Formats: sequence, C-alpha cells, structure tokens
Amino acid sequence: MEIAWLIPAFPLVGFLLLVLIGRRLGEPVAGWLATIASAGAFIATVITFFSLRGESDHAKRFELVEGFTWINAGDFVVDVGLLLDPLSITMSLFITGIGTLIHLYSIGYMHGDKNFSKFFIYLNLFIASMLLLVLGDNLLLTFLGWEGVGACSYLLISFWFTDEANASAGKKAFVTNRIGDFGFMLAAFFVFVELGSINYDDILSRSSEIDGTVGPFSTSTVIVLLFMLAAAGKSAQLPLYVWLPDAMAGPTPVSALIHAATMVTSGVFLLTRLNPILAEADTWAVGSIAWIGALTGLFAATAAVAQTDIKKVLAYSTVSQLGYLFLAVGIGAYVPALFHMITHAFFKALLFLGSGSVIHGLHDEQDMRRMGGVKKYMPITAFTFIIGWLAIAGVPPFSGFWSKDEILLYAWNADSVGGKGLWAIGLVTALLTAFYMTRQVILTFYGRTRFFDATPEEIKQAWQNRAAKPAESLALMEADRTSIVETMTASQNDIDKYEALLGSPDAPDDLEKLLEKARSINAKARSAIENVTNARDKAAEVANKLEKEMATAIPTTHTVTALSAEPDITAIEEHLPQSYRDRQEYHPHESPWTMTAPLVILAVLATFGGVLNLPFSKDLHFLDHWIEPSLFGNAFHPKFTGSSQIGLAVVAITVGLVGLFAAYQMYYKGKANPDAVEKDILLNAWGLDSSYAAFMGGPGRALFDLMAWFDRTIVDGVVNGIGFVLTKLGSLLKYTQPGYVRSYALGIGAGTVLVAAWFIGRLFI
Amino acid sequence: MSEMLLPSLILIPLATAAIIAVVPSFFDKQPEKTEGFYLPFSGLIALAGSSLTGLVSFYVLAEFVVGEGGFQFTSTTPWVDSVGLSWAFGVDGISLFMVVLTGLLFPIALITTSAHHDSKAYHVWLMMLMAGSMGAFVALDLLVFFLFFEIVLVPMYFLIGGWGHGNRIYASMKFFLYTMAASALMLVGIVSLVWLTSGADGPSFDYRVLLEAVTADGFAAENETALTFIFLSFALAFSVKVPVFPIHTWLPDAHTEAPTSGSVILAGVLLKLGTYGFLRFGVGLFRDQIETFAPLFLTLGVIGIVYGAAVATMQKDLKRLVAYSSVAHMGFIVLGIFALNSQGLQGAVLQMVNHGLSTGALFILVGWVYERRHTRQIAELGGLQKSAPILAAVFTLVMLSSIGLPGLNGFAGEFLILLGTFQSGRWWAVVAVSGVILAALYMLWAYQRSFHGPADGENAEMKDLRPYELAGILPLLFLIVALGVYPRPVLDRIEPSVEALLQTTEERPERPGVEGIVAAAEEAEEHGDDDYGEDSHSEDSGDDSHAEDKDESHSDEDQSDEEPADDEASEKVDQ
Repeated sequence: MEIAWLIPAFPLVGFLLLVLIGRRLGEPVAGWLATIASAGAFIATVITFFSLRGESDHAKRFELVEGFTWINAGDFVVDVGLLLDPLSITMSLFITGIGTLIHLYSIGYMHGDKNFSKFFIYLNLFIASMLLLVLGDNLLLTFLGWEGVGACSYLLISFWFTDEANASAGKKAFVTNRIGDFGFMLAAFFVFVELGSINYDDILSRSSEIDGTVGPFSTSTVIVLLFMLAAAGKSAQLPLYVWLPDAMAGPTPVSALIHAATMVTSGVFLLTRLNPILAEADTWAVGSIAWIGALTGLFAATAAVAQTDIKKVLAYSTVSQLGYLFLAVGIGAYVPALFHMITHAFFKALLFLGSGSVIHGLHDEQDMRRMGGVKKYMPITAFTFIIGWLAIAGVPPFSGFWSKDEILLYAWNADSVGGKGLWAIGLVTALLTAFYMTRQVILTFYGRTRFFDATPEEIKQAWQNRAAKPAESLALMEADRTSIVETMTASQNDIDKYEALLGSPDAPDDLEKLLEKARSINAKARSAIENVTNARDKAAEVANKLEKEMATAIPTTHTVTALSAEPDITAIEEHLPQSYRDRQEYHPHESPWTMTAPLVILAVLATFGGVLNLPFSKDLHFLDHWIEPSLFGNAFHPKFTGSSQIGLAVVAITVGLVGLFAAYQMYYKGKANPDAVEKDILLNAWGLDSSYAAFMGGPGRALFDLMAWFDRTIVDGVVNGIGFVLTKLGSLLKYTQPGYVRSYALGIGAGTVLVAAWFIGRLFI
Repeated sequence: MSEMLLPSLILIPLATAAIIAVVPSFFDKQPEKTEGFYLPFSGLIALAGSSLTGLVSFYVLAEFVVGEGGFQFTSTTPWVDSVGLSWAFGVDGISLFMVVLTGLLFPIALITTSAHHDSKAYHVWLMMLMAGSMGAFVALDLLVFFLFFEIVLVPMYFLIGGWGHGNRIYASMKFFLYTMAASALMLVGIVSLVWLTSGADGPSFDYRVLLEAVTADGFAAENETALTFIFLSFALAFSVKVPVFPIHTWLPDAHTEAPTSGSVILAGVLLKLGTYGFLRFGVGLFRDQIETFAPLFLTLGVIGIVYGAAVATMQKDLKRLVAYSSVAHMGFIVLGIFALNSQGLQGAVLQMVNHGLSTGALFILVGWVYERRHTRQIAELGGLQKSAPILAAVFTLVMLSSIGLPGLNGFAGEFLILLGTFQSGRWWAVVAVSGVILAALYMLWAYQRSFHGPADGENAEMKDLRPYELAGILPLLFLIVALGVYPRPVLDRIEPSVEALLQTTEERPERPGVEGIVAAAEEAEEHGDDDYGEDSHSEDSGDDSHAEDKDESHSDEDQSDEEPADDEASEKVDQ
C-alpha cells in the first residue's frame, strides 16, 4: 500500500515549500497551502483506511511498507518504513482530520500576525512529525516523531518570544519532556539487547522472548516502567505534568492541536502500541500506570476548579482527561482508552478553539472573571462550546459520556489492580469535571457581560487620580500656612530686637518707623493664620475621607458569579484611565467563518462521536472490532452483567449531574459563595510546580554553581598551581645551566654510565 | 596519481602558506570599514589553497571504495631506512571523514571570519595548521603522525596569541604547554614500541607493520607491562587533546580567547586528533590495555558528559558555554570508543564528524554575535530573535542539532554511542543518557536569554546575517540536515574499518582463562580443525595463498582461531 507514504509526505512537502517560499506567499496563501497539505494527508489516510478495512482477513490488517535503511551499525539496523494497522491508521485519521480543521481555524486566528507563514511552517512540520510517530514501523522512527513534535511544541509555545513567560514555558516543555525521553531511550536499549531489533514487527511478535532480569525485576517490567516515564512526560502525567499548564502560553490553535488533541496522546499511543510488552510485565508495574492516571486525573481536576484563566481551566482539564486514558491503558482497557482519546480529541479541540474564539472576540481577554454574557455576542461559538461542555461533563447522549463510562465500567471490574479504588477516584474526577466545566460555561457565556467593567487596576488608578487634587490643595495650603508662620516669627523677632534698642544711644534714626512696620506685619499675619489653619484642616479632612473611601472601594482579588454586580464607579467615573474608555468603544464580535466552521464540524463530531463504540450490543462495538488486530488478544475484557452495566451508568450520570447542578447553584443562582472552592492552593495546583521551581532555583542551581566553582578553582587551580611551581623550579634550574662546556660534558658522561649500567644490569637479572 | 593524492592534502596548504609568505604585505591593506564580503589578498590565496585541498579531500571521498576496511590511497616513500622511518600515508573509513571535515571546515572558516590585523601572517598560520591537521590524519608512520600531531600546536599557539581576545597570552601559553607536556611522553612510547617489535626485518614505524607485530601470537602476553606503560604514554597525550575530564581546563580558555576561526578549527579538527589517536592507535595496537582501562575511560567520559553540561549551564559567556558543551560532547565520543563494539565505535566516528559540524557552526554563530554586539556576556544579550530573525533561525537549527534532535545529524551518532555503551556497560549508559537532558537545559536556557525576551538598546539594532555569511554557513546547515535524515553515506564507509579494527583483536584469544580454553577446545572438537579454517577462508576475499601457507604451519587449536586476524593484517599490508 505505497499510497500510505503520501500521508506523511503531504505535510512534509508543505513544510519544505513554506520554508522556501512561505514568506513570499504571505497571508493568507501560506495558510491555505498548509491547510491543503494537511487535508491531502487526511484524504490519503482515508483511502488507506478503506483499503485496510476492505481486508476481510484480520491478520492482514497489519501491513509493513518498506522504505530505506536509515541507520545501520553492526547488527543494529533501523529502517524508515510504515506500519499500517488499525491503531496507527485510527491515530492518523484524527491527527490529520482535526489537524486540517485547526489549520483552517488558524488562518483566521493568526490573521495579521507578523510571522503568519512561520506559524504554518511549524504547524505542517508538527503534523508530519506526529504522523511519523504513529506510523513509523520501529521504536526509533517513533522517537524521531516524538522528538519532532516536542521541538515543534517548543517552537510554537515560544512563538511570541518577546514575552519572557512564553519563552520560559517553551523551554520548560522541552526540558521536562527530555526527562521522559531518558526513559524512552533506555527502554529502547533494553528492547534491542533482548530482541536484537527495535522493529515493532519483532517486538509485537516476539515480546515473550524478553526474559532477562534487572536486579530483582524482570526486564519487561523495567521496560514498561521506563516507557511509562516517557509517556508520563509526553502525556503530562504526575510527576511530569508541570509543562502542560504553562504550554498554554502558545497561540490557542497550538493548544488545541498539540496540547489537547494530538501530541499529548502520544504517550498513551506508545503504551497501547507496546501492549504485548505490557502483557509480559508484572501486574504491579502495569497497574501503577492506572494508578498514576487516576491520581493525575483527580489532582488536575481539583486544580481546574479554581483557575480563572479560560485556557488554564482547559489545560488542567486536559491533564485530567489524559489521566483517564492512563487509567484505561493500565488496566488493559485499550479500546476504551482509544475511544476516549478520540472523543476527547473532538470535544477538547472544540473547547480550546471555542475559547480561542472568545479570546479573539474579546480582544485577547483570557480572564473568565471579565467575561460573562458572551453568548449574545458570539452565538455560534457559544452554542458549539456548550456542546463541548455537555460532552466532557458526561451528559448522555454526547460522545464523552459513552467513552468515559466505558473506562469506569472496565475499572470497576479490574480487580487485580484495585479496580474499585480506581473507579471511585474516576467517579470523583467526573464529578469535579462536570463542576468546573459548568462553572466555565456560566462564567463565560451567561450572566452580565463583565468585559466592559472597570478593572480593579483601573479603579485603583481612578481613585488615585481622584485623590490627587485634594492632596495637591492640601499640600498648597500647608505650604501657605508654613510661610505665614515664618513671616509671623520673623516679624516678632524684629519687634523684639527694635524694642530692646529703644532709648539706647546707637538706635537708628528711623527706629520708630521700623517698629511700626514690623508690628503691622505681625498683626496681619496673626489675623490670617486662623483662617489658613481652618482651611488646611478642612482640606486634610477631605483628603482623609477620600483615603478611607478609596480603601473600601478598591476591589481586591475576587471571585465572581453570574450575579456579580458591576463595581460602583459613580464616584470616580471621570477619573477612570483611558484604557477603560477605549474598552467601551470595543464591540465583541463573532469570529470569521474560517474559525466558526471548524467549531461547527467539531461540535457535530463531539455530539455523535459515541456511535464509534456504543455499548448496547456487540454489533455496535465498531471500534472494538476494528482495533482488535493491533492488540494481539492482550485487551482486558471484563465480564459484567447488563444490570451492573446499567447500574454503573446511572451512578455516573447522577454524579455528573450533581456536579453540574452544584456549579449551577453556586455560579448561576448564587446560592453559595465560590470562595469555598476557589482556594489559592488549588489555583496553584497544590504547589507542586512551584516547589519544583524552588528546588531547581535553590539547591539545583547551587549544585551547578558548585560544580562551576570546582572547575574554576580546584581543577584549573591545580593546573595553574603546577604551572606556578614549575616556573619557580625552572628559575632554580637555571643554576644547573651555567653554560660551561665541561659541566655539560660531565652530565653527558654520567648519564651514559648510568644507562650502560642499567643495560648491563639487565643481562644478569 | 592516486599515490600523490594524500601527500597533496599536506603539500597544497604548505605551498599556499609559502606563497602567502612571499607575497608582499603591500597587497594586504585593510580597508577602513567593510560592510560586505571582504578578504585581503592573502586571504584570497588562502581560500583558493584551502578550497583546492578541500576539493582533493572530496575527490578522495568520492573515490573511496565502500565496503573495504583496509587503507586506501596508500603510498610509502622511504625516509630513514635504517630505523624504518617512512612517509607512509593512507586513509581508511575512520580517517577519511576527518580528512574531509578538515577540507570542509578551513574554507568555511576563511569565508565566515576575518582577521582584523596582520592578515598575512594570520593566513600563513592557518594554512600551516591545515597542512598539519591533514598530515596527522593521513599519516601511517607513527613518527610522522607524532610530528604532525605536535606541529599543529605551533600555528594554533600563534593564532590564539596573535589574534585572540582578552586573556589570549595566558590561554595560548596554557594550551601549548599543557598539550605539549602531555604528548612528550608519547614519543618515548612510540620509540619503545618500535624497539619492542623490532624483528628480523629491522625496526619499522609503519602502523601496519606494528599492528601485525603486536597482534602476533603471544606478543601481547609477553610484553604486558611494557605495553601498558607505552599505552599510558599514548593515552595521556590523547586524553589531554580530547580533552578528557579532569585534564580539560586548557580547552575553555583556549576556545574563549581564540579568534573565531581558531575556535572552529580547534573544535572541529584538533580535538578530533585525540579521539582519532585513541581509535587508530589505542584500539588498534593496545587492545588488552584498552580493555583493562575501559572502565576508567568510560567513567571519565561519563563524568565529562554530565560535568561538562553542568558547568556549561552556569557559564556567563556564550562562547565559554559552547566550549564546555564541547567537553560534554567529546565525553560521548570517548564513551563510544571505549564501548568497544561496532555501535559504539561507529557512533564515535560519526559523532566526531557531527561535533565538527555543529560545534563549528556554533562558534561561527557566536563569533557573528560578538562581532555585532562586541560582547559575549549572555546577560547583556536578549531579544536578538527580533532584530536578527535569520541568525536566530540558523542558531536554532544548529542548537537543536547540538542537543541531538532526531532528524538532525547529532542524533544518530549519540544514539549509537549510547546503545553501544549500554551493551558493554549498562550503568555508564544510564548516567550518560541523563546528559541528554542537561544538554537541552543549557542550550535552550542560553538561547532563551540571548534570543528571546524583549530587545532593547543595541540588541534591538543588531544587524541580521548578510547574504555572504548565510552562504558561508549553508554547507554546514545542509550537512546537519542531510546527515540527520540519511547518515548512511558516512556509516557505510566507517563500518568496514571499524569492524576490521574490532576483528583484529576480537578473534585473538587474549589471555584465555580456564573457561576460554575449555570452550575453544570444545568448539574445535565440534567443528573439526580443518573445517573451521576453511570457513574462515571462504569469508575472506583477499588472496589466500599466503594465509594457507600459514594455516598449514599451525596445527594447534588456539592458533587456528587466530587466522582471520592474521589474514586481515596481511591484507592491509598488501594494499
């Protein structure tokens, strides 16, 4: 099936073309070229999909397309070839499908950006790398894609590099992922040492030959743990999740494509691809994947509850949903994992693009506390976002319900790794998911539009402006009073001096006159002082009052609900800064069709995505049947009765509705104060990230500094020390070089004798 | 004709140096201020000479027969017959790419950098440096190798001392004395080795003859102590040159203070003399000692990787940071060599090429930044991507190559080295892989501080790359991508030589323990003596008559194992 080469070739050619002529094509042609390249890949994938489906013999749905040898050294040979099987083609379908939609969306979103064409260079390179990751027929080619998407992620997060925060976030993403790569590389080495090959063909068919041990563990267990580390990096699981919330610094289409729908699923893909190795490993190792996933899911959901940035909520939500995927893979529920991966790609891409549309429409506002009522300005965005919300909150019949429910159902039955516990954690996560997503929808789309409100900073500024005048007049009066007091004192001094002189012989002639003048000045000042003091006290009173008013009127950090009232600005209206006035001129607007069209398509997919794998009868398990050849019978198939299935579904629906209702009561009806849940510790995600940063900035940095100091002072110090000693010795040795021939001759003679003695001596030994 | 190819690699730059030296410096007036591409007359001659040398090296590459592990383009001109000295030259897959790298980097260094004063002398030294480097890589006579190995110090000393920055006198002196002192003992080692191996045909400094002698039956075991001392004398010289931790501190000083061209050549070519020496003479002649000392050098290599990266992270000077990254990268190469298997060795040779390309390019880029901003202090840079987007894009590409991103050149070599190390010493590999994390840390952090963020003051006005500069570095960028996507052209040529190197010693039963003897006896019983001998013959394509004679003369089991080794050696001499 050579046509499969077109799948990665399209975006690769698009990338090369854009590198060469992208700048000249400019906006929007460069964007369209990239979109067409991605669409071409999608069409090629669809054709490959149908020809693979047309193969009735399941064993043949596993095809290798040979390319060329990439690296060869001794018995280590790596080919560039494609592995076409249901797993890789399913991944490719949604990568290229959603990828194309996001390319289209970006044409609108990136409108007017100076580096418009550069953005699409990276986007096409990303698609190509991602496709190599899933389609590659060996571990190293997957690693090529793995690092390629990481590099694109780095370049795109720091796309607006003039902001230090973006630059740091990009670097953090790359470095954190490298920690995962450490695991990937070592795992690949183990696989090669055990099997003599890193081709998937060999790994999947001969995984049972991995029989070595590493210390107390079996090699397959160690391999799984190392790949788990790699996957935890890419798929943002504990403890390596920290880069993903920061990655939201990138342009929103990037967040949707890379940091929600595709790249972050590659860890889950890798573990699914290697399911025969997971089957060989110890249960506890594989089970730990599930537990990491469950705990990450809960952890991130609690953090999502308190976020105020619209994208941060979605970022933590992504971490949380990826936790479900890990949970599923860890219990062998590969199909539910893949199912949820696909539906999540639909609704999370939809939500991210929707949030991007809101941000775009509100002139780059990302704080939900400053949104509200956006529904009336952006009806399409709002409508599609609401569908995404219902899907992720697990409301039937939207797609998220079916896939999440299946994971929970499998977890309930996974007794060997503590399935009931996993199920319970998953359920709490579902509750929180419904809660924070409802909160997000209410704060963004319902209630009063808080966008035009004066911000706390503006109000503070206004109060300061208002207080400026009274303070100024107070200062003036104070100065007046001071000068009058001075005059008074001076004239009094004069009076005293002149009075002492009265009658003395050396008194000047005009003493009388002078005394008169001083007295009159003094009298005037005395009469004025009272008025001035009164006026000053009044001014001070006014200023003090303003100060007090200001202290109570300036809002501090605040929680917001749909009912939150407009801050009272009547007292300071004319003092508000220009930014406030400018904002009143803005008109929030719906986004252009290039942005809304992808939203509508994704909304349709998010609604009906569930049909991929409906639970009602075996015939409706399309995904189950389709993926089967890629799983080699390693998938977990729990036995459960219809009634328990229905019972669990009812519990899940109820829990979702409870979360939804609670948020509705709190944020829409105002029945409870949001301060109860929006805690600072949740906002900071339990302080994990900041403690990493503190460690790296503290002891970590100190250690590195110590090494640099060691190099400069000790290692190099020894060298310089030896140099110094030798110089000194050299100047001593100069006395041995007197320049007299006879002393040299003596030396030569003595040396010869010694050497000769040594040779002769050797003869006897 | 083909006999003159390799000598011409030395003679052309030497002649160029001579021509520049006799052309009056009158032609070399420096213009007041240059905006575009400018080379003084001496520079033009140097460019022509080095380009011609480069072309010859490419011709050698094109004509090199793929699949043969022995030396090619060999030529021998007797020098001092009585002591077995000769001008013997030849290249195999290992030295081939060092020659090509040298032929490539010199013209590029000439285009991308310029001397600010006294350009005539500058170009003379550069050409002498080129001649010396080429000589060291193609020499097959140990004393000739040593001469070239030492002679390159002189032009580099003058380049750093004469055209360097700030603390250049200290740096050049340190560089010269450090490396000179370390290699002095190697001369003693070479002479001792020749003396030890001197047989009926008299002494010889020819590598091929020596190789045959040291791999001869029983030689290594008889002379174990002597060989160990001789090896140590070689190892010290090479270790300083690489440089291996903790004898590396001449490098950051030399790199930082050297002019850009000096840094490019130092990183790209001169450091490779150390690892090349280990590969050619260490692994070749001292296999037992290499194995004995492998744990030590693996450890030092790993320390170099992690320590070099950690120290690089904290550097405040961009050029010094790149210099320390070199320490880390050279640590990888040492690791690959002492892994002593085909992945490790091939990775090491490939990485020698890659490091020359990436680090050479990095030094050029840092040089350009310095030329424009007159500072290399990272703290004083910032936001350069805004004022110089093309420079930033080139820097990004080279940086990603340097941190080993798959798809770019640095990856394949690094991966092969780590894979090779993992097979022979798992825990060293585990620590070394963590160097991959650190590499990303120090490079990306430095890039962020220099190129990202807001630009102000002079940073906002920095000029982007001029067309000729971009053209000058383009060959490096092309190779960075091309060798990442398709490293086979290099690997295919390295492989036979590396295999030959491993074979010469692998098939020799060094100091077989009890198990080894038992195993060999059992094997012999199983196959039958004659069978085994014939098998090994059918694999060898060289002329067999010579080997067959030998085969008949040997009859005991141990020696029959050795046959392919002898074949290999004799084949090489025949070529």
